[in-house]
Amino acid sequence: MIKFSEEQLKIPKMMKPVYLVTAGQSKFDRAFPGKRTEELCIDALTQAAELIDMTPAELKSYIHTAYYGHFADHFGDQLLGEAVIHDRLGLDPLGTIGVKTGGATGGSTIWEAVKAVASGYSDCALAMGWERMDEVPTDEGNFLISCAADKDWETPLGHIYTGYYAVMAQKYWKVFGKEEDSFRKTLAEIAVKHRGYARMNPYAHGSMNITVDDVLESPVVAFPLRALDCCLMSVGAACCIICDEATAMKLTRNTKNKPLRVWVAAGSHTLRPADRRDMEIPLLPNETADLYKDLGERFPGGDRYPGFTGFLAARMACWYGYRMAGITDPMEDLDVIELHDAFTISDVQTYEDIGLRPYGEGRDFVESGDCYHTNPHTGQSGRLPSNLSGGLIGCMHAVGATGIMQVFEIATHLWNRWAEIHGDEKRWKSFDREKPADWTDLQVKGAKRALAISHAGVGSHVTSTILMDPDHLLKQDV
Amino acid sequence: MSMFGQVFVKNNQYKIKGDFHHLTPNQPIRNADDSWQLMGVTNPRDMTYIHSYGGEAVFFKSLCQGKLMATRCDNPDCESRGTIYQPFRIHCMECLGKNTVIDMTDLAKNTATIHTFMVCNRSGAFTILDKPIKFINIEFDGVATILMSYLSIGEPDIGMKVVPIFKKSSPTYTILDLSWVPAGTPESELPEGFGF
Repeated sequence: MIKFSEEQLKIPKMMKPVYLVTAGQSKFDRAFPGKRTEELCIDALTQAAELIDMTPAELKSYIHTAYYGHFADHFGDQLLGEAVIHDRLGLDPLGTIGVKTGGATGGSTIWEAVKAVASGYSDCALAMGWERMDEVPTDEGNFLISCAADKDWETPLGHIYTGYYAVMAQKYWKVFGKEEDSFRKTLAEIAVKHRGYARMNPYAHGSMNITVDDVLESPVVAFPLRALDCCLMSVGAACCIICDEATAMKLTRNTKNKPLRVWVAAGSHTLRPADRRDMEIPLLPNETADLYKDLGERFPGGDRYPGFTGFLAARMACWYGYRMAGITDPMEDLDVIELHDAFTISDVQTYEDIGLRPYGEGRDFVESGDCYHTNPHTGQSGRLPSNLSGGLIGCMHAVGATGIMQVFEIATHLWNRWAEIHGDEKRWKSFDREKPADWTDLQVKGAKRALAISHAGVGSHVTSTILMDPDHLLKQDV
Repeated sequence: MSMFGQVFVKNNQYKIKGDFHHLTPNQPIRNADDSWQLMGVTNPRDMTYIHSYGGEAVFFKSLCQGKLMATRCDNPDCESRGTIYQPFRIHCMECLGKNTVIDMTDLAKNTATIHTFMVCNRSGAFTILDKPIKFINIEFDGVATILMSYLSIGEPDIGMKVVPIFKKSSPTYTILDLSWVPAGTPESELPEGFGF
């Protein structure tokens, strides 16, 4: 049984308010035969500057330290790639460091930048992430990704990460899905939703207009997960600028970007699901112990926590993060979220880990229509729209950039600039993509608070990044 | 004529012989849509890593002897005293003391049950196992953790009783030397090289 000390459960505290000022990203695609990584990073930083009406050179003049998220050196065959990018961005001789936490690399990179500003070390920090996953064939790419499992105990068993999620999908389907076909269809509905939202996103490369049956008839990768249940393998870059209050006000004066308060918290758990020991469920502010006292009776096998059905790291990232930011009920306090939908099953698991639904009832977040921009059952706004970017399934998974892409996306809603940025005909044309005739504005009207979950491995590292309009805080913490 | 890279340890140093890398010329990448203009190059590379099992070596060497080794924390001052780990953990995750190595072969033969599973139809490069690969996660009575492995015979199901089999002939000295079959499978039906 894992237990935590009081010291370990201290609510993280920042020394000063920290703000997200602007963000940017490149086009995402399966391959960029005509662009080097540095060109994609420059695309991202240029957009971040443009959103606050600056030139890249003007924005750079404020950056004091730089944090680079790039997970897989072996994909790009370049150690110290961070130094290459730092040089090409013209940021030498500023202090810089690389961050690697698998799929959570983007979120962790922002975590480091936020801490640098919160501590007073820097007034303005760059968090930039990228991944270059097109320099090997796909099967070798799957092999390289599987090296993020334990190389002696798990990686040789298929060399494919989907397999490590499929065993969780099987267990979840048995215990919480009660082996119902309807649960499998709910998973497929997530893939339909995310690939459909990606159609409205010019940056996305996995957009598809598909049905639940298309998902259920797509080739099996690792049963029960099929090809359309799985995230993309992508290339691209994303960045954001993190500042203290004075710098944030200065950089955004007379621009459309309002500085957004930002908090990031992190959790971790074993690299191998095999090593997960039983423990009591750490409760989020909107939960009580009574909620789970009969979990094993309602869902036989479901009382083994976290077992193969939950992500303790995601739970702890929100356990800390919600308390830092004053969130007492994520369904009530948040307006838009981006989750790490590496696979449809992990999207459902995460709904429970982050408290959108109690453990065992995650499917209801989809089936109720709450997760949609527009609830398909009522025609009204979804209660908490998720992954309007298309997520990892529909938009991209360029690992080091993914968590930053998520934050870019939720920020555009809080800035009320989603339609301007995603609907721009020039952007669609410059990406050589056709804007759909039925393009729909997915701006979440009046959004004031948002959350992004960045997730690694089978839950080895997770960060929760919370953004808030500073005029709509839930607590005055500093 | 080249030979596979081989390694042994002498005086606590790696001694190597044979070929650890093979040279292959790089090739240009050209754009078929633009007069075959140069876009980049391939960078072929074939390398052999040298990897130590360290304190886990006893686990991997025991497989071809038909034994499944685990570890247990026996530190009387540790809250996790008595906890058995499979996968094998060299040190206790609580006190970080050195765990005791134990033989859990009989425990596995008598109590191994499939906790969850999946059937993998696609695999990454360099996979040795034939597809479909049937991943199984196995729980044991009195063991705190759940081992990942693969089923060699039959179709997996949650709750199924399984027994370990070991690659005693031509072992690979990897985790692939351990596999599982449904309880009651006769030895004559085991895959080549495997035994109970």
